[in-house]
Amino acid sequence: MTRRHVALGAAVALLVAAPAAASEQRPTAAELESELVCPVCETTLDSSDAPIARLMKARIRERIAAGDTKSEIEAFFVDQYGAGVLAVPPRKGFDWIAWLLPLAGLGAGVVVVGVLAWRWSRRGDDDAGEPEALDPVLEQRLDDELARFEP
Amino acid sequence: MTGRLRLGGQVVAVAIVVALLGLLGWKLAQGDSEVTSELARGGAPVAPAFTLERLDRSGDLSLASLRGKTVVLNFWASWCGPCRDEMPLLQAGSKRWQGKNVVFVGVDAKDDRGYARAFLKRYGVTYPNVYDGKGSLIGRYGVTGYPETYFIDAAGKVRHRIAGPVEEQSDLDKGIQRALAPA
Repeated sequence: MTRRHVALGAAVALLVAAPAAASEQRPTAAELESELVCPVCETTLDSSDAPIARLMKARIRERIAAGDTKSEIEAFFVDQYGAGVLAVPPRKGFDWIAWLLPLAGLGAGVVVVGVLAWRWSRRGDDDAGEPEALDPVLEQRLDDELARFEP
Repeated sequence: MTGRLRLGGQVVAVAIVVALLGLLGWKLAQGDSEVTSELARGGAPVAPAFTLERLDRSGDLSLASLRGKTVVLNFWASWCGPCRDEMPLLQAGSKRWQGKNVVFVGVDAKDDRGYARAFLKRYGVTYPNVYDGKGSLIGRYGVTGYPETYFIDAAGKVRHRIAGPVEEQSDLDKGIQRALAPA
């Protein structure tokens, strides 16, 4: 690995990490409204105009103005309404299941499709290797027909 | 080998379908509260127990600690318009029934503590109120909307329910009388 590769990797890591850090320190109301769920209508706040959603949006703006970080604001809402208020489950403890289960399902699906495709391809090869034997009567008839065309 | 593989696949598929049906059944059972269905049949279901943090002061309040008293359990939220309308009537009712072994308890559900406390202060509510931000009692009591009021007798059984706001003092009194009447 050359120095150029290392520098490129560091630059990419910085490009990814910098916006995340900025978002943590200075969250916007729009991003939080898309990541928090209205506990009554069970849609994200940005797509809800329910009274409780309006109240939560006002609280988000209030907390942002007070200088809270994104984690602090999320923790505040989790304390009030429970973990279900987060549109995306946190990556810790039992909640890991929500992240791992779809990946495991996808992996299992890929394996199943792969095995089936492999078996089908094998069956095709087997079929090509062992041609089905012709009925003796038909074979005799075919020979007779072909004999008619021979000079 | 192929037959065994196929059989295994079928077993797994059937197990998944059975598990999903079980999940569906459980979810439907959760949605249909025994309290509301038994009340509708004319029964007196046992009021689901709870211990929740108090909103009006520090500490917890459990329903069990009120055994032996008639409890008027009112579900509300600060963002709910009809809750604002009925709150003065409930506060007045709590004063009228004071000293008659009748206790009013508010359950602030799916709400913001700060707004809820401001709400109680604004309407001068003096009876105990608990906070259920997650709405853990909603499904157990079968609350379908806000506000809703349950009348629980001294034995801890739900005797009457008003879905929606209590609009008349007489409706409130009728619910309490039902809870006070012998079973």
